[in-house]
Amino acid sequence: MTTASPIIDLKGVSFGYPGGPLILRELDFTLLPEDRVGIIAPNGSGKTTLFLLIMGLLKPLSGRMQIFGKEVREEKGFTEVRRRIGLLFQDADDQLFSPTVLEDVAFGPLNLGKSKAEALAIARRTLDFLGLNGFEDRITFKLSGGEKRLVSLATVLAMEPEVLLLDEPVNGLDTRTRTRLMEVLLQLTIPFVLISHELDFLTATTMTIYTMADGRIRLDQELTLHQHLHAHPLGASPHEHCPTGAAHGDSSAHAVDKPC
Amino acid sequence: MLREPFAAGDSFLHRLDPRIRLAAAVVYSCAVAVCREFPALLSALVVAVALIALARLRAAEVFKRLLVVNGLVVFIWAVIPFTFPGEALFRLGPFTAAREGVALAAQITLKSNAIVIAFMALVATMPFATAGHALHRLRVPDKIVHLLLMTYRYIFVLEQEYLRLARAAAIRGFRPGTNLHTYRTYAYLIGMLFVKAIDRAERVRWAMLCRGFKRKFYSLHEFKAGRGSVIFLIFISAAVLGIAALELGAVAW
Repeated sequence: MTTASPIIDLKGVSFGYPGGPLILRELDFTLLPEDRVGIIAPNGSGKTTLFLLIMGLLKPLSGRMQIFGKEVREEKGFTEVRRRIGLLFQDADDQLFSPTVLEDVAFGPLNLGKSKAEALAIARRTLDFLGLNGFEDRITFKLSGGEKRLVSLATVLAMEPEVLLLDEPVNGLDTRTRTRLMEVLLQLTIPFVLISHELDFLTATTMTIYTMADGRIRLDQELTLHQHLHAHPLGASPHEHCPTGAAHGDSSAHAVDKPC
Repeated sequence: MLREPFAAGDSFLHRLDPRIRLAAAVVYSCAVAVCREFPALLSALVVAVALIALARLRAAEVFKRLLVVNGLVVFIWAVIPFTFPGEALFRLGPFTAAREGVALAAQITLKSNAIVIAFMALVATMPFATAGHALHRLRVPDKIVHLLLMTYRYIFVLEQEYLRLARAAAIRGFRPGTNLHTYRTYAYLIGMLFVKAIDRAERVRWAMLCRGFKRKFYSLHEFKAGRGSVIFLIFISAAVLGIAALELGAVAW
């Protein structure tokens, strides 16, 4: 790891909805310029809340947030944060509100003050990058689930962000779109934080995987020996499995677990 | 699911500048709505039919829609002739139909059919999004246009959420009946839909903020009025003026 100054630096951040329990409890989180971080944690542990706090959509009850080396507190500071950090929402229907795909992708660049021609060029280039040529005039709500996800990613990437926050991007995707998304993430040169329930996907795309518990983020680096239950034909007859890598981190051991 | 079966097409009308089509539809409808004379109304109907022929829409789809409109018209025929005071035209058992009532019902029938047919030919032949942009270019206030477009966008999501809730109720054996349980269930369902809509609205607002939304929308559409549009404009203006002339009695029938 380098000693470069962190992009995102949260110290002792707490958050809870009025009248409810604390969702985040004195959470510390740091993202460095080269980081690709995965977060895997149970539902309701505050992963999405963390993203909303970073984008300034929710305000912390206490704690300090430094983003791009500057302390952010007020709405004004977050305008800049939102321009430089891209957030991919969990539900693509929240993100796509324009009638056509091209308009939706061009919406961000236009807000950033680009001319119509520039915005259209950026939008076309982004769609191209994601393999979405020919989608320009499609109606956003008539897209399939996988197409919606990729178009949402296009709307975020069109803002040319310096950091990406991805909230369960693989949820409900078929294998093909999943693979496409994985390829896209591996091609990206910017740091990102990815929330997912799929360890395979996280190990393939990120360098560090954190988990969340008790409203805090923790790094679980200890290897734990464990067994998997699995099913395959002839599973009832006595058999043995190839002794390939056995620890987490070696995703192939989990993904390819065929009888000898 | 809402569909736009007329929007896809390649007729002269489909290719016409949407702004001109919208403006023509509005002017035409206002003119027809205030007419009372039968020569004027009949020629308005002829103009509407000519427009729909020009748009080359599928006749079956057009009639299906007219059926909906005329379903309401039937009620007007069932009530107005018998309740309107005036000179008796004929009797039906204990009811007397007045000449003025019959005339009024006929006027309503002609007007509503003419306007609906003209709208199908002029407005239904463009995708909803295009209509929104055309309204924007016609200087309809931003807020109204975007309220319209966002409503159109999210009506599908709300429909899906409603169906999901209704299915959830159905698989747990919910059978609608005329009882308190049914009313309560529907009340919960609708309440739930409102809660979800508010939640959704908040998340959409967040998504817009994340993309630098500054309370200003941009329209990417460029509309061009070609020679066809000018010819059409002359034709429709002449038609509306003709209808007005007939209405005002300036031209003998």
